[in-house]
Amino acid sequence: MMSGDNGNLLSVRDLRTYFETEDGTVKAVDGISFDLKRGETLGIVGESGSGKSVTNLSVIRLIPSPPGRIVSGEVLFHGQDILSLPAEEVRRIRGKRISMIFQDPMTSLNPFMRISRQLMEITQLHLGHTREQAYEHAVRMLETVGIPEARARVDSYPHEFSGGMRQRVMIAMALSCEPELLIADEPTTALDVTIQAQILELIRKLKEETGTSVILITHDLGVVAGMTDDIIVMYAGKIFEQAPTRELFAAPGNPYTKALLKSVPDPVHEEGTDLYQIPGLPPDVAHLPPGCPFAPRCYHAEEVCRREFPPFVQLNAEHFSLCHFAGEVYAESRAERDARGGATPSGANVEPSENLGAVDPSENPTQGGAGR
Amino acid sequence: MKFRFIVRRLIVTVPMVLIVITLTWGLIRLAPGNFYSTEKKLPPAIEKNIRAKYGLDKPWYVQYGRMMWNIVRLDFGNSLKYENETVNDILWRTLPVSATIGLLAYLLALVVGVLTGTLAALKPNSKLDYVSMALAMLGISLPNFVLGPILVLVFSLSLYWLPPARWNGFPSWNLVLPVLTLSAIYMAYIARLTRAGMLEVLRSDYIRTARAKGLSERQVVVRHALRGGLLPVVSFTGPALAILISGTVVVERIFAMPGLGNYFINANLNRDEPLIIGIVAFVSIAVLVFNLLVDIAYAFIDPRIRY
Repeated sequence: MMSGDNGNLLSVRDLRTYFETEDGTVKAVDGISFDLKRGETLGIVGESGSGKSVTNLSVIRLIPSPPGRIVSGEVLFHGQDILSLPAEEVRRIRGKRISMIFQDPMTSLNPFMRISRQLMEITQLHLGHTREQAYEHAVRMLETVGIPEARARVDSYPHEFSGGMRQRVMIAMALSCEPELLIADEPTTALDVTIQAQILELIRKLKEETGTSVILITHDLGVVAGMTDDIIVMYAGKIFEQAPTRELFAAPGNPYTKALLKSVPDPVHEEGTDLYQIPGLPPDVAHLPPGCPFAPRCYHAEEVCRREFPPFVQLNAEHFSLCHFAGEVYAESRAERDARGGATPSGANVEPSENLGAVDPSENPTQGGAGR
Repeated sequence: MKFRFIVRRLIVTVPMVLIVITLTWGLIRLAPGNFYSTEKKLPPAIEKNIRAKYGLDKPWYVQYGRMMWNIVRLDFGNSLKYENETVNDILWRTLPVSATIGLLAYLLALVVGVLTGTLAALKPNSKLDYVSMALAMLGISLPNFVLGPILVLVFSLSLYWLPPARWNGFPSWNLVLPVLTLSAIYMAYIARLTRAGMLEVLRSDYIRTARAKGLSERQVVVRHALRGGLLPVVSFTGPALAILISGTVVVERIFAMPGLGNYFINANLNRDEPLIIGIVAFVSIAVLVFNLLVDIAYAFIDPRIRY
């Protein structure tokens, strides 16, 4: 296997993806940069329309065009820029080395095609399997993702499977060629809560078995808490905060992240109280105000926020925040945590925020923790 | 299960055809004139003889009952105009002509329509899309009694490339113009149906999945998109094919083709009751059977459908 530059499997540099609409240019992704190390899991969190899905569709160049257009940036996969590769070579990466799971398993499988054919086609394409090999591989993959009586059910059509089962099929399909990177775009959003946990557990287990790197996109902080090494919080096409998971939960350095954390329901401590919600709506990314896009909804906003675009502040080695008051918010978070009796502010073994309720990130030993 | 569905549908076909025939029979009675009426008034004695010969002096329910009894035995009797031929003879003689023109026209419409519709859907709002959809609009709005004569004027009477009319067996150059004329509107309609269907499918999640697998655009379209995208065309095919095969009045008239449609007009003008009823019965059976075939085809195309 090729070795990438300094252990990074994927490096996204200043990615900008715009959509031309009648309403003007929508800057869905506007200057995103991040790294993903081999074997790590990155969580991308944000509200609907924050650009998290577009970011990842851009990575494998699946932006529908027109109206979408990747305006600038680099997506370095093993140091090679996917955005400048010919289409045919991108296709050789898609599904084989980078694969995706989508949000809605009910519509993401072809309703007219047997599950077996949909699974076989990917290994026949990328691994040169014969029909028989591909069929056996399909059965094995279905067994791997925990579909009972896989051999008997492999020839079913998607409508004969439940939502959770279909998402398992999607995962089987995505992992068929043992990809180096799995992008899971809200893999549990369309599923029942009980099934959600099963699917996340399955992704985690398979990730540990195969060593695949994972990008997990979600709007549910509870989902990323237990699964990721690092988290990116996106808002209006920009990265608002970027930090190792524990650090982000323990001491968020951005008012938006704080608000997101606050809006996760906590039945233990807040029983009987109203659920917190961020006031207002996400901005129209076609007509962004000159200042900070979050300013109209921010509890911390001052005059400068409405006037000037905020700086991307480095809070410590691996913690960044896009905010005029990043330092103050960070200090405030640490003080709050200390008041709750947390560990030392810069400590490596900080406890997760109590706001998370039932979710406990410490289940998953963090490799990218603060102060590493 | 599928077999039972087919049998049930075939059984339903019988009363439907009988209802159509009854209505037709009633309408013929309501229309003014007779098969024997001429410009000169017939002497009453002769008219009485004619009416007696054809049973028209009997009460209407006797006439209706006799007609129905013949039809149940699939014997439509003799034509009143072409007295040496039975209606069945005429049907068997004219059907191949109509079916040849109709099938060729639909085949052409299908190939050209699906192709342009798919290409247009792959590049929406491109030049190709705009040009082909403008042509399709023209094809739908231009009646074939206008298009036919224009084609004849250009290709026969000006360029002398193709014969302007008449049946000359299959294959022959005589078929080109009528098939084109007949095909135009179906071509246009299928192109639009295909474009709409493909556009919808190409936007769907499972096509994104197919692309994310690394399939080529051709594989994505042919293997994943066409099946769902062409469903509207399949449902259109049933009635369209039934109507095309059983003869199209205008085109057969313009190109002087001895097909079902041409005879149907004559039969109506002549008040040739047995022939009218024979053709109507045949066309309605064709429509019902082709619709049934489409429903059966649907079950094979879309596994979610169960009867």
